[in-house]
Amino acid sequence: MTATVKYADVEVGQELPEQTYPVRRLDLVRYAGASGDFNEIHWNERVAKSVGLPNVIAHGMFTMAEAGRYITDWVGDPGAIVEFGVRFSAPVVVPDDDTGAEIVISGVVRKKLEDNQVAVALTARSKGVKVLGGSTVVVRLG
Amino acid sequence: MAINRDFLGREYPAPELYEVTRGKIREFAEAIQDANPIYTDAATARAAGYTDVIAPPTFPIIMGMAGAGQAIVDPELRLDFSMVVHREQRFRYSRPMEAGDLVHCVTRISDIKALGGNELMTLDSEMSTPGGEHIVTALNTIVVRGGAEDAEH
Repeated sequence: MTATVKYADVEVGQELPEQTYPVRRLDLVRYAGASGDFNEIHWNERVAKSVGLPNVIAHGMFTMAEAGRYITDWVGDPGAIVEFGVRFSAPVVVPDDDTGAEIVISGVVRKKLEDNQVAVALTARSKGVKVLGGSTVVVRLG
Repeated sequence: MAINRDFLGREYPAPELYEVTRGKIREFAEAIQDANPIYTDAATARAAGYTDVIAPPTFPIIMGMAGAGQAIVDPELRLDFSMVVHREQRFRYSRPMEAGDLVHCVTRISDIKALGGNELMTLDSEMSTPGGEHIVTALNTIVVRGGAEDAEH
């Protein structure tokens, strides 16, 4: 399959529509099981606070997974991703209630490369704080 | 205590091949709340040109983390795991993982350096088929908070 977004239709500076992804404690427990990352700071408030965190925090890789979902929903084919990198700049703090936290992701086309590839800069915020910075995904468009 | 520089370049092959299954991909896709049918419905994946369901882009972290786990448990590495924070994660893909893939993973300590009062370590996990076809490389950079400061005492 090729990407549904066409290289010719994409311009440098183009903004991708912002999306919001919820994250509750239950999601972190489920992600821990699926990924094998059982670090207690992602589900145990007592342990999280004992190491100086404000509360339980989401796995960085959970946030990266949502950023991946953001880009694959845009491009159409998950196989179109050539390179994907993120820097975890601040934790996503997840309170113990029914709504949890929100991760808000946005993207801007930074460069058009050879071979129908484009580089998209991604930003993720939670409560207004940047949680992913310096993050780029390279995708091969149709 | 500073991370032992003698470990730079050391390689940790996974003790066994990882078998990518439909059930594990579904579990992972559900955990990240990604409802794309290409992860759960073989007919959709085949229509898109794949032989079976494919895995989400961050799925290879399962093998990458296991590889990093192998590397960092050695006491001679002198890494204080309680002070470790995930700083950066990158993936370089040749193709997505598919159900049915058998994956050989070799993790290598590719960089160790001081940054401010902290220590940074990068682990590259190269994942390929038993036949040597490259699938993806996962590059994981961790920070050991305060690691470098301790080294000066």
